[in-house]
Amino acid sequence: MMNERVHVKVPLTAKKGEVIRVMTKLNHPMESGWRRRLNGEIVPKDLIGEFSCQLDGKEVFKAVFDSGAAGNPYLSFFVRVDQGGRFRFVWSGQNGEHYYKEASIEVS
Amino acid sequence: MNRRQLLKVCGVWAASGFPVTGLIGPAQAGPRDAKKRLAELTGGVKPQKGRINITLPKVTDQGRFVPIRVSVESPMSESDYVKAIHIVAERNPTPEVASFYLGPANGKAQISTRIRLLKTQVVVVAAEMSDGSVYLGKGRSKITGGAGGCG
Repeated sequence: MMNERVHVKVPLTAKKGEVIRVMTKLNHPMESGWRRRLNGEIVPKDLIGEFSCQLDGKEVFKAVFDSGAAGNPYLSFFVRVDQGGRFRFVWSGQNGEHYYKEASIEVS
Repeated sequence: MNRRQLLKVCGVWAASGFPVTGLIGPAQAGPRDAKKRLAELTGGVKPQKGRINITLPKVTDQGRFVPIRVSVESPMSESDYVKAIHIVAERNPTPEVASFYLGPANGKAQISTRIRLLKTQVVVVAAEMSDGSVYLGKGRSKITGGAGGCG
């Protein structure tokens, strides 16, 4: 679903056992449920609740976002790679929407 | 009153809520709510100090996007690793910010993200270790946004 909203940066190659940095960003307003419209009604919450990173089907990192996370959630973290594989990134929204992207890495 | 003093007074007045009132829906949470929320997240284990490094800007005028980097001193081996990192903001309308779940596959317990801080406040970070202990760290950021240029 609309993959152009998703930005992922993973190095193309790495050495065996190297700890690599993964950077991700999703374009999403992340409405906090704190704001009011001019007529006084509260703007309803619209958040990306969960982010998960899988390496060859095994979950290596998970994040749970709440109102205090900024819009367009950016996230960077580290992963140790022992063999080449395929990263899969999944963002799950509160309203049941999903965004995903894949990236592969070669390990020498 | 010279010009410098006038500017100061103007800043205090502008920062004291006039641009913010009416925009925020629910009542403000306090440090007590943040503490309660952290206890819920970590299962009520008594936290210890240390092992957490937090990088926050000292002063920023963009409370909507405050970059934060949290790193926890840990070997991240199979037997000793960081299980989870929780971030809580003390003076936002609701204290929850985000939680991150890590494992030995990460190799390094460090994350960077961006958070919302509606006003100058303390950000509390708790790290859950694989042996069940909990460490606590604090960072502080001054938010000058909405001060009308003189804050």
